[in-house]
Amino acid sequence: MIDFTMIWAAIIAFGVIMYVLMDGFDLGVGILYPFAPGEESRDVMMNSVAPVWDGNETWLVLGGAGLLGAFPLVYSVLLPALYLGVFLLLAGLIFRGVAFEFRFKATPATKGYWSAAFAGGSTLAALAQGIVVGAYIQGFETENFTYVGGAFDWLTPFSVVTGIGLVLGYALLGSTWLIMKTEGDIQEWAYRVTPKLLTGVLAVFLVISFWTPLVDSFVRDRWFSNLFVIWLLPAGALLCAAMIYRAVGRRSEGLPFVATMGLFIFTYLGLLASKWPYVVPPAYTLYDAASARESQMFLLLGVLFVIPVVLGYTAWTYWVFRGKVRVGEGYH
Amino acid sequence: MEFDPLLISRIQFAFVVSFHAIFPVFTIGLASYIALLEGLHFKTGNPAWAQLSRFWTKVFAVAFGMGVVSGIVMSFQFGTNWSNFAQMSANFLGPILSYEVVTAFFLEAAFLGVLLFGRDKVPRGTHLFAAVMVALGTFISSFWILVANSWMHTPAGVEFQDGMLHVRSWAEAIFNPSFPYRFAHMALASFLTGSFVVAGVSAWYLLKGHMVEANKKALSMCLWMILFLAPAQAVMGDFHGLNTLEYQPAKVAAMEGNWETQAGAPLLLFALPDQAAQENRFELGIPKLASLILTHKADGVVPGLNEVARDEQPPVAVVFWSFRIMVGIGLAMIAVGLWGLVLRLRGRLYQPGVFHKFLPVMIAAPFIAVLAGWFTTESGRAPWLVYGMISFAEGLTPSLTGWMAMASLIGYGAVYAVVYASGGYYLWRLIQGGMTDAEPGADEAGAHPKRPMSAGGPINPAMPAAPEKGEWS
Repeated sequence: MIDFTMIWAAIIAFGVIMYVLMDGFDLGVGILYPFAPGEESRDVMMNSVAPVWDGNETWLVLGGAGLLGAFPLVYSVLLPALYLGVFLLLAGLIFRGVAFEFRFKATPATKGYWSAAFAGGSTLAALAQGIVVGAYIQGFETENFTYVGGAFDWLTPFSVVTGIGLVLGYALLGSTWLIMKTEGDIQEWAYRVTPKLLTGVLAVFLVISFWTPLVDSFVRDRWFSNLFVIWLLPAGALLCAAMIYRAVGRRSEGLPFVATMGLFIFTYLGLLASKWPYVVPPAYTLYDAASARESQMFLLLGVLFVIPVVLGYTAWTYWVFRGKVRVGEGYH
Repeated sequence: MEFDPLLISRIQFAFVVSFHAIFPVFTIGLASYIALLEGLHFKTGNPAWAQLSRFWTKVFAVAFGMGVVSGIVMSFQFGTNWSNFAQMSANFLGPILSYEVVTAFFLEAAFLGVLLFGRDKVPRGTHLFAAVMVALGTFISSFWILVANSWMHTPAGVEFQDGMLHVRSWAEAIFNPSFPYRFAHMALASFLTGSFVVAGVSAWYLLKGHMVEANKKALSMCLWMILFLAPAQAVMGDFHGLNTLEYQPAKVAAMEGNWETQAGAPLLLFALPDQAAQENRFELGIPKLASLILTHKADGVVPGLNEVARDEQPPVAVVFWSFRIMVGIGLAMIAVGLWGLVLRLRGRLYQPGVFHKFLPVMIAAPFIAVLAGWFTTESGRAPWLVYGMISFAEGLTPSLTGWMAMASLIGYGAVYAVVYASGGYYLWRLIQGGMTDAEPGADEAGAHPKRPMSAGGPINPAMPAAPEKGEWS
């Protein structure tokens, strides 16, 4: 009998990393926004993500709906547990989402508010997502398949560090995206900030790597048992980091972004390996959380056909908007 | 002070879904209209179609953006405030909502980028294709979300097993008894909403003498739509009502304000339902008409609220009055269609007059009618989340406390107040700014070389002032 639960775990894992990579760079552009060299650069930065951000964010909605469809327990434990954090995440996404349209409609006197909404909303959303990662590593207090913890269990020094880590990580995706998509002053500036951001990301990476096994014996056992093959994951992440430093030094335009995506993928796989097979740590596994087999199958039938089509036309839209975004260029 | 998390969660859901719903209902209709305009321009090359398409695409961009961000909120509400409901119904609702994302949301989002920003980057045929895909996406989306909602009203094809609903028949669950009616009712509502907005703005531009050729065409198209669709909607609503009578008689009893099962029930025009006393005050009705409408017989028996236990009755006053608001506006819409026909037959459709001053006022009408309709059907389902299967109280998140729910309600209230006030203001400015007559390709980008990219485009400073009175003779 085919193990649909395992297939769904792979699909959801794929959806989540797609979201992280794709919305990651456009949130990152928002995080870097206030630090850009001048108002003209800010316009170019916004232009570089305006045609694609909506599609990128749709992967988050897929994450929500897909979890409800395939692993409802994850949905019905994590969202109550993260209740106030989810509100902050959504408030951030709302403000930065409407800023794309509103900033340009605004009078000069109020334009600054929407610039702030774009930057602040992006940063808040990234911080909230990073805190979710930290809260996930810590685990959730459950009884009888229901969350029973408090309103602020998710907010700890550890989760704040992971939150800052993700803000820096998304900013790195944003800066390397700008290296690829822009030229002149903005590109110069992006080349300068990228190594600094990477150093910050690596610092948080190290702190979390030492901190996690100390707070979580399950993770410690996973990494220090005989499963040496998983050490290839952090090794891959560090290799990607080295590639970014080198590629920026050599003024490569595409490689820094690709290597940053690699850094994210290896880190993400390392996180999954730490918790496997628990999806609602510390109590419930994939199989505890799975929906009914007939539901998994019904959804799988469609998704197997539709997701390749979605990837196809998404790739096509990126191709339509390929190349450098220039100062003063509107896509109209 | 203690807050009741159940009550606050219900208010919060009503609040966020109401603010969300007004955008899709507009953009579904408008997306089809834009695709039609693009198609007409592609075929005829008449620049008037391009002017209209460009202008309404700008409006669409702002409205769609607000719909998207408020929609993201919706996809998490089930989990944050109604996690038991989410868990119990996940085997059906999870796949349905996931299908909505993969078949509709991605389609809309990806092709919207090309529709808004790709006009000069892709061939004209491809741009038209993108417009059609966006319109198709909005329809597919409404299909799935109305499947989910209809199933909550008339659940079918499922059974409880270990505290979770399991799907026994996907066909029965998806094409549940109220779905075809609700889907048709909402599709018509979307087209009517789009028609009334475009008609109102076109009439206002005609009053101002702005872009007369294009706006004549738009006004004429919309009034044809209203003339046929408004009566069709009344007929559709009647079918939907009969379906509700069959499956949710308590809701119909509340809509009619009918406390006792009776033959020859009157149609109440006015009443103040008093739930505590289980009776109406100040009743004013037309004898036997409710029976005639609902059973097609003057002495037909209409079920009353006395057949439902008191704690399973919906809030009668809310259902009763929101239903009347919806029907009243629906009748006004039919009247507008006929008024337009009379003017057209007399050859005065494009002569600015009272009709053209009234149409802009009617822009608000479809939105109010849609919200009133949703209040009728959703309040009428109370106290059930899934009718007869899962109650509000059973569906609530167990760990949710009153102050948490209150904090997020205030938070959403504050965020939406800022975002929607701004959005409404910018839409108003966009419409006030008027249409531009630029040819596709010869974009206004050259005139504003440093502007950032925004699908809504710039506010046109060249909008002429209203002509003085007397110029219209």
